[in-house]
Formats: sequence, structure tokens, C-alpha cells
Amino acid sequence: MASKNHEAHWSKTSGLMKVTLALWFFFGYVIFMFGTDLNNFSFLGYPLAYYMTAQGSLAAFVIILFWSTGKQQKIDEEHGVSDAGRGE
Amino acid sequence: MFKGKFTDNLPKIYGVYTGGFLVFCLLMALLESNGVSGKTIGVLFVAFTVAIYAFIGYLSRTMQASAYYVAGREVPTVFNGMATAADWMSGASFVAMAGGIYFGGYTYMAFLVGWTGGYILVASLLAPYLRKFGCYTVPDFIGTRYGGNLARFCAVLVLVLASFTYVTAQINATGTIASRALGIQFEVAVYVGLASILMCSMLGGMRAVTWTQVAQYIVLIIAYLLPVFWISNKIGAGFFPHFMLGDEVARIAQLEQEFGLVKNSKAALAAHPETAGLKSISVAHSAVPAGAMAAWKYISLVICMMVGTASLPHILMRYFTTPSVTAARRSVAWSLFFIFLLYFSAPMLATLSKISLMDPNLPTGIIGKSISDVQNIEWVKNWMAVKQVAIVDFNGDGILQLNEWFMRGGVVVLATPEVAGLPYVISGLVAAGGMAAAMSTADGLVLAISNALSHDVYYKIINPKADTAKRLMVARVLLVVVGIFGAYIASMRLTGILGSVAWAFDFAMSGLFFPLVLGVWWKRATRQGAIAGMIGGLASGTAYLIYVGPKFMAMTPWLGIDHLRFGLIGAPVCLILMIVVSLMTDEPDAKTQAMVDEIRIPSGNTVTGN
Repeated sequence: MASKNHEAHWSKTSGLMKVTLALWFFFGYVIFMFGTDLNNFSFLGYPLAYYMTAQGSLAAFVIILFWSTGKQQKIDEEHGVSDAGRGE
Repeated sequence: MFKGKFTDNLPKIYGVYTGGFLVFCLLMALLESNGVSGKTIGVLFVAFTVAIYAFIGYLSRTMQASAYYVAGREVPTVFNGMATAADWMSGASFVAMAGGIYFGGYTYMAFLVGWTGGYILVASLLAPYLRKFGCYTVPDFIGTRYGGNLARFCAVLVLVLASFTYVTAQINATGTIASRALGIQFEVAVYVGLASILMCSMLGGMRAVTWTQVAQYIVLIIAYLLPVFWISNKIGAGFFPHFMLGDEVARIAQLEQEFGLVKNSKAALAAHPETAGLKSISVAHSAVPAGAMAAWKYISLVICMMVGTASLPHILMRYFTTPSVTAARRSVAWSLFFIFLLYFSAPMLATLSKISLMDPNLPTGIIGKSISDVQNIEWVKNWMAVKQVAIVDFNGDGILQLNEWFMRGGVVVLATPEVAGLPYVISGLVAAGGMAAAMSTADGLVLAISNALSHDVYYKIINPKADTAKRLMVARVLLVVVGIFGAYIASMRLTGILGSVAWAFDFAMSGLFFPLVLGVWWKRATRQGAIAGMIGGLASGTAYLIYVGPKFMAMTPWLGIDHLRFGLIGAPVCLILMIVVSLMTDEPDAKTQAMVDEIRIPSGNTVTGN
């Protein structure tokens, strides 16, 4: 059976997964439900919905993923189960 | 110069390689200015780069199972990111994406969001856990987690179906590029492309494919970004196009108003057979189509591409090659970054290409000019001769209207350097980039298929006693057989590039997404549930594809779920069957549950011991 420590680690990991997927859902879906309205605004001179689908959401995904993997590594280290550095 | 372990020297090796490639480009530019023909330069570009990849493939030859299947699990994070990006970005991404955006506008860009956002699913739900599990192939995980040969075999079935639909399109693309660059017949060029693909993978398996893919990424990203920056500077649109094309996007919207967006009727097009397979601009560049249905079309495509991304075995297996679980997770982020570099440039290339053709104030503008003048422009003549562009004077006024100018999608990437008046050396570079993109994806796919057949079907099901030498022999023979079969199908030209690429995502999401994710995240998932899910998901998705597919029964799609989105039928069926059947059957034994606990912890040895 999984130990207390492992269970705590997994519940934090699952929590991070949910936050990450919530951000992903916002940038991947929610904003595009309002594409026509967003295009009334502009960013860097581009219509906003056009900007988000051409660059904005893509960049958001990159940032979310680096943030999330960094955070996960911290969780692993806190619980003494990180394998960072192996074979490098 | 190179001391110590091979992997420690990677930055130096690829640094020298990149420098060498740039010197080669300069040399070609020098040859061009000394009067060497564009055709020769194109041949040199493609031949030189392919020879380098083959050489890397030869250097990476191996006789060890772990090197052949998972590159010895020693690929550093950032390099695995580059290799995955090359594995990922296919001939379609490189050649057809900007063209798709050019003609399809906002709605088409759902592909950009879908093909990047899927990596968040890969990193959060799958890659680190599959790495900890320690499998050689994706069906290997299904087979061990759920137990039994039937589950393994179902996973192989989905993998082969998804990857094979994808690989024919890639071999097709290598054939198209090789036939143009080398000036040979398409039916022959397909096999030339295949030979180059096999040279990169046959001797060294995953290890060889990894190191050639890194080399291919470097070529393809240079070949994509250089023209974008060059054209933008040349037409005075801004030195960093990604942040400075706002005015051009606004100007295109204004020109669309002036010229009018007209959709040609089917009857009008049928009267002009030269327009077959070509398109004219009829969709706004940046405007969002109104209505809930349009938004749903966009969002449903994003869902399919994202979930499909997270189920494609040739991508997932790249994360089996990292030294640690942490590295696997981190390298997903790097993959996404390297993919992002190309994808956020594609809309800029489409914008630059469109403004170059549409703006009458630019010397390159052709819309609104007299047709007889346009027909005399050198690049128009060349591309017209190979039936990639066409002009039809529908209203007979002798002036080229927006709806009278037809192009094939791929022309946007392949011809824009020429249109903007860049030297031919850039066109040669772009051809080499397209070849690299198509080859790297084809390699990953052919390897995924043949590894599943050799490891899961041959070794795990048919002959578990086979020794390493025999297993690797079988793996290589299957690699060649799969490749030849793919090239044979490609040479028959059954489908256009993008139709079948989207299908691969739908097949994968229908059959594999939930069995993989629930295998990690739901201990209660049982063998019977997984088998029911895989078979039911794949069968219902395929049945729906046949029902709506324009080349099959062509029935009216339900809720706008057309043949590009049939995974939206297959995946939910898979999920429901998996949950219902799992709950109806006994929960997995203690050993399986302990295994699931084990893969959730990064530290320690892999579950399989591989």
C-alpha cells in the first residue's frame, strides 16, 4: 500500500494537475467561446481573438507548462521522491 | 575537441553542425551569384542535408535492445525537446499550415491552438508516468497495466491504424518535395523519399532517429524563420514580424473590403478544370465568423487535435528516452517551446504572403492589376506551368480580382520567398526544411509501428523466448516492410495531406486516450473495461467516419461533427464503455494496484526493470 508520504505527494500532484488543466481550459477553450466579442479589443495592434489564436494562447501554453513542471519538481523534492539529476 | 561522454558533447556537436549548415547556405548563395542555376542549388540542398541525416543514422547504429527501442534512455531534456518538435512537425505543419491559414483564416487556426495545447495533457496526464513505468512502446504500457495479450493487441491495432494514416501522408510529402527538387517523377520520388527515411532509422532504431531528428529540427526551423524575417524586413513591415504586423493585418481587412470576398460557385469552378485542387481567398483573414455554430466548429476541432496529440504513440514514445521522470516532464515543456517557435510564425508568414500579393502599393502586388501583365511575371509563369496556380477571368474585365486568383495551399510556403523577390537560395533552403519536416515525422511513425509489431506482437505475444539479435532483426525487417507498404499506398495518391493527418488524431483519441489516462489516474480501471473501451471507441469512431466521410457515405454531419472530428464520437464511447465495464468487473488485483502506486512516484527504478 502507498505510504502516508506517497499519498500526500499524490494528492498535491493531482491538485497541481487540476490547476494546470483549469488554466489550459481557459486559454484553449473559454476565450474562444467569445471570439467575436474579443475581436473588438486589440493587442499589439492585432484584433484580440486573432492574436490569441495566432500567438497568445500558444505562448500561454508554453508558460503554463514551464511553470507547472517547475512546481511539480518542487512537490517531488518536498516529499523526497524527486529523481531529478539521474543519469545527467 | 570532443572528450568524455557523447551526451556531454551534444551542445558542441550540434553547434558545429549548425555552423556548418549556415556556411553551406552561404556557399550556395555564392554559387547562385556566380550564375549556378536555381535547379542545381535545389538539388544540392536536398541531397546534402539528406546525406548528413543518413550519415548520422549510420553513426548511431546499434545492436542493443534498449538503444534500439528507447535510445538507451540518455537523451538530455532540451535535445529530446528538439527531437520531439521535429517528430511532431510534419510535412503538413511545414508546407501546408501557413497555406491553410492563408485560405482558412481564424477557424483554421484552431489547428495551432490544438496542436500546442495538447502538450499540456501530455505533460500533466501521461509522459512522466509512462516514463516511470519503463515501457519500450505504448502498447507495452497497456499490455502490462491491464494484463493479457488481448489488451496489448487492441492497443497495437489502434496504434497501427492511427500511425499508418499519418505516415502515408508524410511519405507522400517527401515524394512531392523530392520530385520537385530533384526533377524526377512522383512515383519514383516516393521511393527515393522512403530510402532516405529508412537510412535514418534502420541501423540505429530510436537512437538513430533521435539524433537525426535533432539535426532535422535545426534545418527546418532555420528554413522557416529566415524567410519570415527576411520578407518582413524587405517589405518594410517590421524587423520582428511577430510583434509588428498589426498594421498589415488591419490593411488586409481593409483590402478585403475593397476587393470583396467572393466565394466562387461550384458551377463556375467546374467550367474551369485548371482550378481543381486550387483555392481562392474567400474567408476573412482576421475576422471571427459569427454565430454559435462557428464557435463550436472551432472549439470541437481544438478538442480533437489536443486529445489526439496526447494519444499519438510516436510522440509519447519520445518521452521514454529521457534519463529521468523529471527530465521527461521538463522535456515536454521544451518540445512545446520548440514547436511554438514555428507555429507562432506560421500566421505571420500567411499575413506577409497575403499582403505581398494583395497590396497594390507593393511592387509584388498582383490583385487589381491587368491579367496579361500578371501572366508575364516569372514566378507566376513557373508555378502555372506545374498547375500550382491559375487565373480565371470570370467577369471578363481583364483585371485580376481576388476571386480570380487560384493557388494550391502549399504554394504559400514554397513560393512566397520567390514572390517577395528573395534569392533562389532561400527557396532551396525551404525545400530542404520541408524535406526535413516530412522525413523526421515519417521516421518516428514508421519506427512506432514497427516497434509495436516487433516488440508487442512478435516478442511479447508470438515468441517470448527470442534473443536480442533475433528481436532486432525482426524489428528491422518490419521497419522496411512497413515503409515499403506506406510508400506503395502513398504512390497511389489516395488522399490529400491534411484530411488524413486529422484522421490520425481522431483514430488515436478514439481508441487510446482514455485507456492510457485512466491506466494512470484510475486504479479501478480493469482489463475488460480497457478492452471494451478500445474496441468500442475505435469501432464507433470508424463507423461514424464512414457515415460522414465525403469519400464514403457522405451523410450530413451531426452537430457539425464532420470527418475531421470523428474522435468526438469515438472517445466518449470509449470512456463510457471503460467506466461501465470496469465497474461491472472485479477490481484489479493488489499487484496491479501497487504498480499504479509505483508509477505515480518519480524516484526509484522503473516498474518493468527495462
